[in-house]
Amino acid sequence: MAYSDKVVDHYNNPRNVGSLDKNDPNVGTGLVGAPECGDVMKLQMKVNPQTQVIEEAKFKTFGCGSAIASSSLATEWVKGKTVEEALAIKNTEIVKELSLPPVKIHCSVLAEDAIKAALNDWKKKQASDAAAQPAAAAQQ
Amino acid sequence: MAVKLPIYMDYHATTPVDPRVLEAMLPYFTQNFGNAASRNHSFGWTAEEGVENARAQIASLVGASPKEIIFTSGATESNNLAIKGVAEMYREKGNHIITQVTEHKAVLDTCKRLEKAGCEVTYLPVEKDGRINLDDLRRAITPKTILISIMYANNEIGVVQPIAEIGKIAKEKGIFFHVDGVQAVGKIPVDVQKDNIDLLSISAHKLYGPKGVGALYVRRRNPRVQLAAIIDGGGHERGMRSGTLNVTGIVGFGKACELCQNEMAEESARLSRLRDRLKANFFGKLDEIFVNGSLSERLPHNLNISFAYVEGESLLMGINDVAVSSGSACTSATLEPSYVLKALGVGEDLAHTSIRFGLGRFTTQEEVDYVADRVIETVVRLRELSPLYEMAKEGVDISKMQWSASAGAEH
Repeated sequence: MAYSDKVVDHYNNPRNVGSLDKNDPNVGTGLVGAPECGDVMKLQMKVNPQTQVIEEAKFKTFGCGSAIASSSLATEWVKGKTVEEALAIKNTEIVKELSLPPVKIHCSVLAEDAIKAALNDWKKKQASDAAAQPAAAAQQ
Repeated sequence: MAVKLPIYMDYHATTPVDPRVLEAMLPYFTQNFGNAASRNHSFGWTAEEGVENARAQIASLVGASPKEIIFTSGATESNNLAIKGVAEMYREKGNHIITQVTEHKAVLDTCKRLEKAGCEVTYLPVEKDGRINLDDLRRAITPKTILISIMYANNEIGVVQPIAEIGKIAKEKGIFFHVDGVQAVGKIPVDVQKDNIDLLSISAHKLYGPKGVGALYVRRRNPRVQLAAIIDGGGHERGMRSGTLNVTGIVGFGKACELCQNEMAEESARLSRLRDRLKANFFGKLDEIFVNGSLSERLPHNLNISFAYVEGESLLMGINDVAVSSGSACTSATLEPSYVLKALGVGEDLAHTSIRFGLGRFTTQEEVDYVADRVIETVVRLRELSPLYEMAKEGVDISKMQWSASAGAEH
């Protein structure tokens, strides 16, 4: 199975490898997949709470070249987008961009799941912060 | 001395034809091209001579008589012929076959087909070291058992089964013993008399011969084994395997066996040293790596290692100037991880991180050192990318985590 040039490029030069502080209230963390399946992706995003724009994204992946490329591409794509725009990213777009063969489509699905997981995590954090604030304000 | 790239280190998958083998084969393509079954002219006689010479060379390598060697298209066919041939011929005597879970698919799938046709098959488990338990074998035998089929050495983990002991048990009980000898013949001593083997599958392309030809040793004395043919036609090979013989392939096969017989002792010692050097290089530089299968009962040229937290296919991609193979699901056509590693009790997560190294006749020390360096640097790089390695370093017990395929994991 030959890899597409883009997959090879992302593999050799992965974008945005690393971690953000998961305790930062503006960071959403998504961890999807399972070691038994051979695919685990961790995707983190720092979102500006006022503008809802994703300012930073980092990933780490345990998986094949296509999985690494899919998650690397995901971090590239979400940066600069709003939360809603990022939630609209479809795995089929990843498949097209990376020319993934049928047997690797599930890697793109996992990347889409990772984006959603990270943003859902961020949303949950925002909701619980918002719930905490009125109480804090009331105490003043 | 610089290494020539790409490096081949997948000798269990196939081997290059030895130049001396190729030389032996060439005259049979355009000069001595006769059909070995043409009894009435010199073209046929010359081809027949080439075939009979090869038959003797192969027989000599395994301690058999030339009359006991049947030529096939390869070991898959030999395995099919041995198992189906015995099952059909001796169906009045019984219908139970004993084999084990880490056999090659050529054996396992043949057994599955026979099960559908009404045979009973027992698949013995293996211990953590990859070997069957002899007591399990004894307990599995019934009055209806007609065949035991156990491979000499496994193609993925290189583990060698207790063949002589199994042969002794089979002989005591009057049960035929078939051995898939593909990975062992020509690499370690295999003797059908000493090991009490009744049927032995051999493959040419695994021992520096050409692809497309193999053999089945079929015992003629003490006891005599009869087989129902699976291919009908002109009655070649004593009626056991019809079809014009692949003369060029057979001549090459014979020459390859002769070379193995002459060079095996020295070659296996050299490869064992190189394999141990490769292993020492890895264990010297990396943590959290594990050898799969017994280290002591193992082919001298095999190494199968799990590199925790790094998925196999991504590792192979990173060493793209080195040819090895992996037990990861991503590298299999069916997306299933290695069933052999599973049978050893290796967790699926570690199965996905396994790499098989198969050294061979043309492997050099420089290649071993180069491969070790490339693998080590790729493992280190990919561990930087790995969320599992990060978690392990933080002290998270990954085995306790609940994973979900979407929406995030719970800690």
